[in-house]
Amino acid sequence: MKALNDLGIIIGISLMYAAPLMYTALGGVISENAGVVNIGLEGMMTIGAFTGATVAYFTGNPWLGFLTAGLAGGALAILHAIACVTFTADHVVSGIAMNFIGPGLALYLCKIFFDGAAMTLPLDLDHKIPRPLNGLFPTDSFLNSIFNQYATVYIAFLLVILVWFMLYKTKLGLRLRSVGEHPRAADTLGVNVYKIKYFAVILSGIFAGLGGAALSIAVVSNYRVSLISGQGFIALAAMIFGNWKPHGAMWGCLLFGVAQGLVVYLGGTSLKVSSQLLAMIPYIITIIVLMVFVGEATGPAANGIPYEKDRD
Amino acid sequence: MKKRLLAFLLIAVLAFGIVGCGNKGETPEEPEDSTGTEEESPEEVAETDIKVAMVTDEGGVHDQSFNQSAWEGLQQAEKDLGVKVSYVESQQDADFAPNFETLLDAGNDLIWGIGFKLSDALLDAATNNPDQLYGIIDFSYGDETPDNVVGVLFKAEQPSFLVGYIAGKMTETNKVGFVGGIAGDVIWGFDYGFQAGVQYAAKELGKEIEILNQYAESFSDVSKGKAIATQMYQQGADIIFHASGDTGNGVIEAAKEQGKWAIGVDRDQNYLAPDNVLTSAMKRVDVGVYNVVKELVEGNFPGGQTVVYGLEEGAVGIAPTSDKHVPAEILEEVKEIEKKIIDGEIVVPYNEETFEEFMKTL
Repeated sequence: MKALNDLGIIIGISLMYAAPLMYTALGGVISENAGVVNIGLEGMMTIGAFTGATVAYFTGNPWLGFLTAGLAGGALAILHAIACVTFTADHVVSGIAMNFIGPGLALYLCKIFFDGAAMTLPLDLDHKIPRPLNGLFPTDSFLNSIFNQYATVYIAFLLVILVWFMLYKTKLGLRLRSVGEHPRAADTLGVNVYKIKYFAVILSGIFAGLGGAALSIAVVSNYRVSLISGQGFIALAAMIFGNWKPHGAMWGCLLFGVAQGLVVYLGGTSLKVSSQLLAMIPYIITIIVLMVFVGEATGPAANGIPYEKDRD
Repeated sequence: MKKRLLAFLLIAVLAFGIVGCGNKGETPEEPEDSTGTEEESPEEVAETDIKVAMVTDEGGVHDQSFNQSAWEGLQQAEKDLGVKVSYVESQQDADFAPNFETLLDAGNDLIWGIGFKLSDALLDAATNNPDQLYGIIDFSYGDETPDNVVGVLFKAEQPSFLVGYIAGKMTETNKVGFVGGIAGDVIWGFDYGFQAGVQYAAKELGKEIEILNQYAESFSDVSKGKAIATQMYQQGADIIFHASGDTGNGVIEAAKEQGKWAIGVDRDQNYLAPDNVLTSAMKRVDVGVYNVVKELVEGNFPGGQTVVYGLEEGAVGIAPTSDKHVPAEILEEVKEIEKKIIDGEIVVPYNEETFEEFMKTL
């Protein structure tokens, strides 16, 4: 029984860890399949995390906060799209700019809305994203550890299916991927390359914004400057790990989550391993899996290459 | 061609936007709520020409944490001692050095760096300007401290002992937890102080209390803080003390979700979860800053030293909101313990070695 409960705790922690990453990684999948590298996910997550916590605090409605977080991420992504698509700027440089603008803007606005404080005020439990299955299972039971999650966790899995469907089963998805593989060919066939790229980048910002909010109003209940510290990049790694595919990215995020769950579990046992070594495990696992199993990850052919229609 | 021009303009607009934001914080400005500016300082205070200023880290002067606390200390000094105070906020690490330069040019007598993050920039400034006095919070240069610098540390183990004592007295499951940030001298002080406090209470009550102990190896990973705390609560702990910076936000969140107790750190964290934060181990940065300024005014600036403030100076303690959840009789006992610590009757351990010694005396 003890072993089962422990397993439940590990799985529960994995899901909590993975969910915000999954949103963001899906955003990366969408953008990069349309040929725009988005390393600005981190900045878009930050602005989403801040907006979600702030709107939820002032309106008392977490869902409104969650949605506006997506919009805020999308708004920042418009800048990235303008730079990368319209002005054919280097995607990485623009992405780095996003990672400065996002946290900077979040801190600046935070100080305006919260009397100069570098953090938003906490939401109480009733005003956070709900836990739909709360109270269904006995506390501390195996099933409760796994399934008593915030709604954002379930939505993340739903979105994986939706994004997969959009990319591989719809006309839009086909066009989006063709723009990422060979924009000129797509263009000659009458696909509006710029429009598709704009759509993909903005959608990726919306997903990253949702990912940030999944942290600030579900995992915890407020935004502070250090809340998003590296998650955007881990999501990016998970996306590459998953070979630029939505389900692959999901597995990448889950693997990272499980690794973290194991670390927390092992750290709580009487096993005497230094906590510094334990803390490295998730990253070491990620590197090993990347080397051994993924090795030949190849993204969309025209990923990261600016497309200019009128070049001969 | 037109496109390139447009691109250039867009970048220029963005760049100016950013610079504009950056400049805003760099000019020392008097916040509205500050009391007693130059003109209206109370008359009974002896006027001095001493000017004291501070450089914050990215958190800024209203960060609800040590920057804010330091600024409150300076404001108090302005009120009581008649010194003139100001601050400069840093927007990023690269601002530290220029900010020290700005305050130097402004002719300040003492310049504070708030937080260990500023230690390198402050040391550079201090070695380049040996005639200028500097102070740093939460950092010690040890034997290398230049004569014009004072380091201010806090005896974190003392308030940790007090909250440990409260936890030991109040646990119903006889199991409590400690979540640390990054293992090292600073957090060990909290860790062993807390353990000693719990054991002291256990001895008084004549029972065994188990202490779960885990480090997140991060000061910012809220998910990990929450995961560790959730696991501890499920293993039967009912009170968890965290000394893990923002990681502790996750610990307090877990307490909230599970309806258990958490103990805050550095400042009164009760407002984060009013029904679940039992008490907090406070570090009064304001008292530290104030004391040093006072010594400067009195002409005894402790240059070249590291001063360590504790219960005796009122620079550490338990949160004022503790009476919300902690029964009055336990708070009475805490007061007595405080006295014993000040009198040296209890020597609070701060690392493994001293802890083992402490356990022998129990």
